[in-house]
Amino acid sequence: MRINGQIGYTTICFFVVLACSFIISGCSLNNNTSAAKNGTTHAIKNKGSDTMVNLAQAWAERYTGISNTVSVEVSGGGSGTGVAALINGTVDIANCSRQIKPKELQLATQNTGKTPQEFIVGYDALAVYVHKDTPLDRITITQLAEIYGEDGRIEKWSDLGISHHKCPSDKIIRISRQSNSGTYFYFREALLGKSRDFRIGSLDLHGSKDVVEVIGRTPCAIGYSGMGYATSHVKMLEIAADYDSSYYAPNLENVIAKTYPIARPLYMYSLGEPTGEVRMYLDWILSAEGQKIVEKLGFVPLENKS
Amino acid sequence: MKTRRQKSAANVPFSETVIELFIRLCGISSIIFVFGIFFFVFREGAGFLFDGLDLGQFLTNVEWQPTSLNNKRYGALALIVGTFSVTLLAMCIAVPFGLGAAIFVSEFCSPKLRETFKIVIELLAAIPSVVWGFIGLTLMNQLIIAVFKVPIGLTMLNGSIMLALMSLPIIVSIAEDALKAVPDSYREAAEALGATRWQVICRVLLPAAKNGLLAAVLLGAARSIGETMAVLMATGHSVNIPTGPLSWIRTLTATIAAELGEVARGGEHYQVLFIIGILLFTITFVVNLIADLVVKGIRQEQ
Repeated sequence: MRINGQIGYTTICFFVVLACSFIISGCSLNNNTSAAKNGTTHAIKNKGSDTMVNLAQAWAERYTGISNTVSVEVSGGGSGTGVAALINGTVDIANCSRQIKPKELQLATQNTGKTPQEFIVGYDALAVYVHKDTPLDRITITQLAEIYGEDGRIEKWSDLGISHHKCPSDKIIRISRQSNSGTYFYFREALLGKSRDFRIGSLDLHGSKDVVEVIGRTPCAIGYSGMGYATSHVKMLEIAADYDSSYYAPNLENVIAKTYPIARPLYMYSLGEPTGEVRMYLDWILSAEGQKIVEKLGFVPLENKS
Repeated sequence: MKTRRQKSAANVPFSETVIELFIRLCGISSIIFVFGIFFFVFREGAGFLFDGLDLGQFLTNVEWQPTSLNNKRYGALALIVGTFSVTLLAMCIAVPFGLGAAIFVSEFCSPKLRETFKIVIELLAAIPSVVWGFIGLTLMNQLIIAVFKVPIGLTMLNGSIMLALMSLPIIVSIAEDALKAVPDSYREAAEALGATRWQVICRVLLPAAKNGLLAAVLLGAARSIGETMAVLMATGHSVNIPTGPLSWIRTLTATIAAELGEVARGGEHYQVLFIIGILLFTITFVVNLIADLVVKGIRQEQ
């Protein structure tokens, strides 16, 4: 019995040591290979806005075909997440669908010793979506503010002067975004300014695509998302600033002419003045070829390059 | 115990002492981790909890406006109500099914069928919560729209069904163990007195196993309260006091998951999210404490 026990312990001991050595050697092996990889290719880390994630992915894929020494790793998570990563110094480029806040700028400079540099890489027109069967084609910012804002007066489709047969309850279902999204902040400011908040009780979804998908299945719903996410199940409304202004559809011409009221620039931030591969990548994004991809994905390219 | 260790200290190889020390460390470490986590969560939230946050407003106000520019309000009532209501509804669904399944598996199954059942139920436990959330977002959403004729299917009911399915494996396996632990002599005695099978289960087995069954239910409930991803995706994530099973809700856990990613470290909003963490900690602690006390009370009675 005792002997058996001892053998048991020795065996366990042996296996523990064996397992440890495997883990250790495994780790060092991995380090070696990744170091070898770094010698030949340079990886640019790119993170941030969910609105821009498809665009950033398209750029990254196209750029890998052009330059075989650079790979771009793209991830989403929201503008706030990208800026947070920039502040922590863990990314090369942060994508942002809103401008960086002065406090964030200061934090990034404090933390990393480098000042983030701003690049406008395109424009995004925020579209207001409804289900395709909704008998509504146009809406004003004032009306939207009454729908979304605190103490807003519009709660029913009939308040907008339409009778919505596909929505028997007549109640407007407000679709919004989670509060770390740049889209959320931009839409709130465009509608309500800096002093008013969104009303609680909206469905706060987790991504530009989800918003459009849910609206496509929900005739009672209204929501906002990037212009590039339109599908055949939804309809984009024409928008006017107020009752006296004229209505403009969300399209390239109106955004470039700056007549469409809810369009915003898309930003990329690099940590400090970009150099080397990061500089080349950003230059390529701003070139005619990079801007062509902006247009292809339903965003609006920079005017002088298009 | 003591004599054995003394004996072993005399002529036992070094390896044994090392292994014993290692195992002891493993045991202690779990205690250290629990306290460490609690300490960390508390430290992150404590500053704002004791200085600045209106606790009355936090617990009784519905207004959750943490990102407002000039009028931040941290009212978590809707989130607390959301968490409790979705858990309650989930338990209403899961407990009858779970206990029923446990009774079936332990009392009516043939041994071969029982093995299959147990494997399938364990398989249910192996499905990641994000997959449940996805099923809720797509399949269950459309099903609820079609059945209840509501405009949108991302509701409390949707989340509850997902939570019920997720806590079923826990309830079934613990309840089944509890029923198994009832000595066969009880069953035999009851049958000898002429009791039918139903009477045996109702009057003998369930009362005898009630502390184990209660533990099963409470552990299932604790699992539901703590679940995040599935409820985030399936309940509509809307700050709203529910008026029925088809209302949209938002839970405490989902709020932390959706908002912690972007908040500035150390800011008010960040600290409030950690206070929600403290609240969740307290809730689970109380649930576990109740479970413990009830089980102990029952044990003393017997």
